[in-house]
Amino acid sequence: MTDKSTIATTFDADVIRKDFPILNRQVNGQPLVYLDNAATSQTPQQVIDTIVEYYQGYNANIHRGVHSLSQEATDAYEMARKKIQEHFNIAKSQEVIFTSGTTHGINLVATGFSSFLKKGDEVMVSAMEHHSNIVPWQMLCERTGATLKVIPMNVEGELIMEEYHNLLSEKTKLVFCNHVSNALGTINPIEEIIEAAHKVGAAVLIDGAQAAAHIKADLQALDVDFYVVSAHKMCGPTGVGMLYGKEEWLKKLPPYQGGGEMIAEVTFEKTTYADLPHKFEAGTPNICGGIAFGAALDYMNSIGFDAITQYEEELVRYATEQLLTIDGLKIYGTAKHKTSVISFNIEGIHPYDIGSILDKLGIAVRTGHHCAQPIMDFYKIPGTVRASFSFYNTKEEVDKLVEGVKRAKSMLE
Amino acid sequence: MTIQEIQEEIIDEFSMFDDWMQRYEYMIELGKSLPLIEEQYKTDDNLIKGCQSKVWVHAELDGDKLVFTADSDAIITKGIIAILIRAFSNQKPQDIIDADTGFIDEIGLKEHLSPTRANGLVSMVKQLKLYAVAYQTQLN
Repeated sequence: MTDKSTIATTFDADVIRKDFPILNRQVNGQPLVYLDNAATSQTPQQVIDTIVEYYQGYNANIHRGVHSLSQEATDAYEMARKKIQEHFNIAKSQEVIFTSGTTHGINLVATGFSSFLKKGDEVMVSAMEHHSNIVPWQMLCERTGATLKVIPMNVEGELIMEEYHNLLSEKTKLVFCNHVSNALGTINPIEEIIEAAHKVGAAVLIDGAQAAAHIKADLQALDVDFYVVSAHKMCGPTGVGMLYGKEEWLKKLPPYQGGGEMIAEVTFEKTTYADLPHKFEAGTPNICGGIAFGAALDYMNSIGFDAITQYEEELVRYATEQLLTIDGLKIYGTAKHKTSVISFNIEGIHPYDIGSILDKLGIAVRTGHHCAQPIMDFYKIPGTVRASFSFYNTKEEVDKLVEGVKRAKSMLE
Repeated sequence: MTIQEIQEEIIDEFSMFDDWMQRYEYMIELGKSLPLIEEQYKTDDNLIKGCQSKVWVHAELDGDKLVFTADSDAIITKGIIAILIRAFSNQKPQDIIDADTGFIDEIGLKEHLSPTRANGLVSMVKQLKLYAVAYQTQLN
């Protein structure tokens, strides 16, 4: 594999695209223009090969078999954990918990905190969360009697940090916020959020699902308590993700699910739980998915996050400029710090109509509320058209999007 | 005309189109000619669940026939409901209940629509038939 710095200087999306077989296909007779990367990213051949090699070569259950296949599978799975640890600069490998994805990670923490919270305590979410980072906390509040507070946002789609600082108090026990908003693309000031929460003794969970494909987070530097991601948004497979938790928290939290793998000793009188990370990994995990997650990180790091960030910034800047040339087009989410998502509407046209026409042109975008209804309520709109970009998208594809939107507009007006 | 005859007429019209654009443009036109629901009937009760865009349908008896009016906030969806209403409105409830809906496939609507929208279309047909069942009971 080529040295990271070399690739960074020779970044070529046309070459990178060759790694993604799906990008060659046609949709409705047109070459696919895939701009729904915020929902799920596409998978490079290197990751597909890893999946095939696993099932062809060493498919076995892990952590128990004495036989060679089981050993090989265990080694590969634990190697993937190490890769995740290194990627996110996590202090200890036992702080990396494999999950089925971001939602699983959030629910694990929310359920665990039920035993720590009481009436009068407060938990805080931001106004721009995905439903998966709202509903589990509402359920937590219902169980414990704690109150849910919301960090408001301004019309640009930025959190109003002054309000956040005012809302924080000794009653605040937990703060949840996404690193990047899936609906608006805003990069939230999580460093400031974490530092301020810690000053009042609150723990912080950051939902990194939308950020992970664009920003390489250094979790030790952030000093965050929990960080969750899904592999399928960063070139990995679906059904696998990571929960990072500080060891002290993971030790305190009760297990989420009971079953095999997570126990030390079982009798009918009492069960003692396994050490971290296995305490939170009941049952046979998504072994192949975990290994492929590691391969996806290898792939992205071989391109290099500096190069990815730089390229994507340029692409989004270009797409924003071009889209704004269309009469009546309004972009939602105009934060100073944003990444890879452009949410928009055209005056008088339902986003669904635009999405339907774009699909006929082979252009995949998302339409609707993007599982973030409170944001749509904030702007008083039924939804948006969302184009979300990845490092394998090109300016030519942006041009096709712009042409497609123009065509949809002329048909629908 | 019977429901069957109207459906055949719609199939005929759609068979003239060579590509999806003409088909969509026609649907958009049909949407614009939709017998609009009165504002007072745009209630949550008349909203069809399962569509990404909002679709309201109102039904009332005119003699022994059921008359549908509808609206949607999305124009293509409006076209789809307009086609359905053309096929089923002004018909006896029992005929609506018994009617075959295969023409939706034949005019290439279902195949060309995204799964979420196809679900919406299924919900729309279901809702029209439910109204027919309700009014048939009333007529009995």
